[in-house]
Amino acid sequence: MTRVIELRQIAHARAGDKGNRSNVSVFAYTPEDFPLILAQVTAEHVKLHFGHLLLGEIRRYALPHLHGINLVMDEALGGGVNESLNLDSHGKSWSFLILSLPIELDSGTPPSSNYNK
Amino acid sequence: MSQKETYRIGTGAGFSSDRLDPAIDLVKRGQLNTIIFECVGERTLAFGHRDRAADPNLGYNALLETRLRALLPLCHAHGTRLITNMGVANPDAAAQLAVRIAHELGLNGLRIAAVTGDDVRTLIHDESPLHEPSCTVAETGRSILGANAYLGADAIIPALEDDAHVIITGRVADPSLFLAPIQHHFNWAADNWTQLGAGTLVGHLMECAAQVTGGYFADPGYKSVPNLAYVGFPIAEVCADGTAVITKLTDTGGMVNTQTVKEQLLYEVHNPNAYLTPDVTADFSRVNVAEVGADRVQVSNAGGAARPDQLKVTVAFDGGYLAEAEVSYAGPGAVDRAALASTIVKDRINKVHGIQTSCRTDLIGLNALHQLETEFTPNVQDVRLRTALRTNKHDAAQALLWEVESLLCCGPAGGAGYRGRIEPSVLTYSTFVKRDQVTPKIEILSV
Repeated sequence: MTRVIELRQIAHARAGDKGNRSNVSVFAYTPEDFPLILAQVTAEHVKLHFGHLLLGEIRRYALPHLHGINLVMDEALGGGVNESLNLDSHGKSWSFLILSLPIELDSGTPPSSNYNK
Repeated sequence: MSQKETYRIGTGAGFSSDRLDPAIDLVKRGQLNTIIFECVGERTLAFGHRDRAADPNLGYNALLETRLRALLPLCHAHGTRLITNMGVANPDAAAQLAVRIAHELGLNGLRIAAVTGDDVRTLIHDESPLHEPSCTVAETGRSILGANAYLGADAIIPALEDDAHVIITGRVADPSLFLAPIQHHFNWAADNWTQLGAGTLVGHLMECAAQVTGGYFADPGYKSVPNLAYVGFPIAEVCADGTAVITKLTDTGGMVNTQTVKEQLLYEVHNPNAYLTPDVTADFSRVNVAEVGADRVQVSNAGGAARPDQLKVTVAFDGGYLAEAEVSYAGPGAVDRAALASTIVKDRINKVHGIQTSCRTDLIGLNALHQLETEFTPNVQDVRLRTALRTNKHDAAQALLWEVESLLCCGPAGGAGYRGRIEPSVLTYSTFVKRDQVTPKIEILSV
């Protein structure tokens, strides 16, 4: 039986911008949940959900000792802070869009207290 | 200073419009060696050039006078040095203003330095290559407002050697503002990349002020932050080996923990192995983050490799105008009526006014930021149509406002609360210049 949670239940995130490129760091609240993030918050997964907004390449850097990843997303900001017509021209809201990603827990996943938030 | 073994550095502002009261508190109670006000972004620099073009005595941060009037007497009394890039596009005029303020406040003996040399407008020509998008200056078809190289810590250190109490710069890389006094204090060699990487890490964590002390962090129900309304600004206690403790004053709001520090560690970082500054190629990929007390987080193990050969330059162009106009709909059918209004505006902008520039429309209350695919929700009964376009022609900008306002009588039923505004727009692109083409200069003014 697969159960789906929001990434926000197991991780926190912050977005930054440089030009038309956005980066979102994602950190697990507890080390036990980091493998879920590593396995499921992939460049492909992000592209699948937000490909209509993230037009360029997505690269991912892992920092296992900090239980975090860094997503670097090209052509993500409609031209960037100077050119975008988006009210959020910096793409600051991307942290919470990424935190809305679904994370699948299979029956073998040990429960973490965070999931019941 | 209280602790000989550590160098105490605080952040008084993390962006151009940052708060003043936390900075005052930091100087009063922080026993700081140095306080940094980081206030320059690409856009603020471009607007600084625009201000200076209109009046040669302007082009610096709009809050400079307010901040200096409050902080100079306190810094003087507490023996705290003040370093800031609030000179923006005109550090000389900013330093002269600082001298006038110091005179008025009777702060005799104060030494105020202006750091210039970042203005490299004369090095940029029609064929200069720009990055992202890749084209030449001429191919943009736009006029240049200004061009500034990112100076490094080495531009500031001579002013420290000359015992300046206040140092005002233009475009200096954000972490370099912090690295300079740390490097100078501990007498680190200019090619000790590991130490420069460690000092750059401190600068990077500190440069956005409250973003490391619980600001920009709260998410009710998930991440709670105590007393966020009075979030304290950060202090770094830096050791000679480059390790540092990030902390804040007692009895201030906010918090410093591994979560707040980790989020800031990667803020605006791409490859954590190679964070490029004018001073060093810093390596944040192996940084350790450890709580060593209440609101005290130690960071260590930053690395570094040789600095980049070239300096990054921001070239700012006149971007014409940004026009934005909005009108609201409420009650049953609000989304349908707003969507109809959106269609009408786009149609008439094109057919009646002959404007080909794309006009963006959003429904605030439904999909204000990202036009995510939303299931239709009949419960949404309060939406605001927002329209925006960028144009070189002022009459085209006015046409958008006119069309949206005219919806009040000619559009769908129940439109209300029209607002419109036109702002000057700037565009910034990057290029690179060789280091030896850029010569930082320092002028020291004594009060």
